[in-house]
Amino acid sequence: MSKLLLKVQNLHASVEDKVIIKGLDLQINEGEVHVIMGPNGAGKSTLANIIMGHPNYKVTEGSIYFEGEDITEARTDERAKKGLFLSFQAPEEISGITMENFMRSSRAVLSGEEVKAYAFHKELMLIMDELQMDRNYAVRHVNAGFSGGEKKKSEILQMLVLNPKLAILDETDSGLDVDAVKTVSSGINQFKNSRNAILIITHNTKILDKLHADFVHVLMDGKIVKTGGTALIDQIYETGFASMESISGK
Amino acid sequence: MEKRKTFVKDVDRTLYDMKDTGADSYRVSKGLTKDIVAEISAMKDEPSWMLELRLDSLKTYHSLSMPEWGPSLHELDMDNLITYVRPNTSLKENWDEVPGDIKSTFERLGIPQAEREALAGVGAQYDSEVVYHHIKEEMIRQGVVYTDMEAAVKEYEPMIREYFMKLLPAKTHKFLALHGAVWSGGSFVYVPQGVDVKIPLQSYFRFNAPGAGQFEHTLIIVDKGAKLHFIEGCSAPKYNTVNLHAGAVELYVREGASLRYSTIENWSKNMMNLNSKMALVEKNANMEWVSGTFGSHITMLYPASVLNGEGAKTEFTGVSFAAEGQNLDTGTKVVHAAPHTSSIINSRSISKGGGVAVYRSAVSVLPQAHHVKSAVSCESLMLDSVSRSDTLPVMDIRNDEVDIGHEAKIGRISEEAIFYLMTRGLDEIEAKAMIVRGFVEPITKELPLEYAVEMNNLISMELEGSIG
Repeated sequence: MSKLLLKVQNLHASVEDKVIIKGLDLQINEGEVHVIMGPNGAGKSTLANIIMGHPNYKVTEGSIYFEGEDITEARTDERAKKGLFLSFQAPEEISGITMENFMRSSRAVLSGEEVKAYAFHKELMLIMDELQMDRNYAVRHVNAGFSGGEKKKSEILQMLVLNPKLAILDETDSGLDVDAVKTVSSGINQFKNSRNAILIITHNTKILDKLHADFVHVLMDGKIVKTGGTALIDQIYETGFASMESISGK
Repeated sequence: MEKRKTFVKDVDRTLYDMKDTGADSYRVSKGLTKDIVAEISAMKDEPSWMLELRLDSLKTYHSLSMPEWGPSLHELDMDNLITYVRPNTSLKENWDEVPGDIKSTFERLGIPQAEREALAGVGAQYDSEVVYHHIKEEMIRQGVVYTDMEAAVKEYEPMIREYFMKLLPAKTHKFLALHGAVWSGGSFVYVPQGVDVKIPLQSYFRFNAPGAGQFEHTLIIVDKGAKLHFIEGCSAPKYNTVNLHAGAVELYVREGASLRYSTIENWSKNMMNLNSKMALVEKNANMEWVSGTFGSHITMLYPASVLNGEGAKTEFTGVSFAAEGQNLDTGTKVVHAAPHTSSIINSRSISKGGGVAVYRSAVSVLPQAHHVKSAVSCESLMLDSVSRSDTLPVMDIRNDEVDIGHEAKIGRISEEAIFYLMTRGLDEIEAKAMIVRGFVEPITKELPLEYAVEMNNLISMELEGSIG
């Protein structure tokens, strides 16, 4: 049986006294791809931030476990070291630091080992070639002046370089043209194996054309109201999120 | 006349121009008397014109009032300042002859090693006197002069007399007047016409006595078409008493010459660093300032370039890091006095833990200076909500045919950027240090490698324990 990676149990969370997550449960095993869909404002990005320990959100009830360990109170960098990764919807720009130096520093702190510059460079170039990314990105400053699509590719590149156990992809497909979606999904496919897992947060499904999802969850008003297979996606497309609300008995 | 300003308020007078009360209120005080000044001069066995310069400066000192702008200098007890401390050694040309404790201080600072590896010549000043001066044979053969200022006054008397405190006369402000009266130590460099000094010269100033002042004088003449990179390093241990540093740097960059003057200053945090620097840049000559200010309690430092000949250029690259208890008031001054002159100013300042970082600059274009180009970029980064940053860039443009660009930014470190880096495994300090290193990257990339490394180390050191 595959190992349980993430367990979110009866999670309640708020930001500045506004309750956003209202009793959410979620379990993700190794080798699985999960999709969370939901209308705008349902709390999808909030959930991603809370799993990573964003300081602005307060968990008021419930727990988050990773590989059996309670990480509800853990610092963000500790969660990263345990193998959690978030691909941001709008990644920050850090000027003055090259992508390569940034990723090498990150690899070093995550692994706790020295990372040899030349070996890392060779590996990075290989991954960038596979992602069909211009090698010049390695010497550009972190996300600085990147277009929306370039930023998303940069996040996927980091995921491949840092090789986490659980990658949360927040709206990775939004704002991408057809070619970029193709590149990004092939990157995700390349990453995926039986020892890791992916949680995709999205409000459309372009990215799922190329990617098999094991579970689809519908998140509405801070709760998962329905879970199913890919058939659920078609249902959402036919009837919209509004129909889910009635299913949830609201 | 066009006057541009950004942010906060204007400075109401030019940087070096201070109020002259006009009254000749010569008065003898415990700290600084005619006798002390005469004694310093006698000890150095100086020519009489230098003694006169000192005594005139002393009069000027007593007639001038303290500056009325910038950080408060009320902690400075001018009457109780020991102006001159002589280390227990005479000038040496071999490190082995420098007394053990003084030598080991410089060893710890890495100066002899740097000399072996990367420098054309080194001068080391301990308190008021230069204790070590050495220049490579090859440089001497090309006619390069690099010596301590005391020796220069004797050996190159006509040249020193012609240039000493002519760019920065005592009347400029109270601390230059003080400097004129009690100056001691420093370096004199002369690079003959057409000589390219390919490896840098370095002077290192180390301050060891508590409650003292350091007033070194640096005079550099880079003759026509010659090239030089001069590096200045400064440090001092921490005492509870206030120390004063009021040095003066006068640079003459003649036609077609280039000079790069780099400083990484890491004075201890009891230091009042009130240093004056000015370069006279002639036709088609190029003056570059690289200035890193990390230490000191209070700094007022605005290296100035006077672009005196057609086609003269200057570039100022500065960074300052103000932590708790520090008020660093830094920037630059450029005078475009000739046509087709250009200036580039690039400054980054960081403040944390209640520190104050002020960027202050004055760019003026005189009426005769047409086709001038000037680009000013100053950015400030505050690492918390208790720190302060101001930018006060003043421009005084008196010619219409100019191309002036200006950009100023003040911001706080982004919490989201810290979170982003933390999701990649960096802890909070590492994340902040990375953001700050990135912020000053436009400066570090201009530095020689070992200085860039030192600067990054200083940033990491400053950030440790900054979380709270």
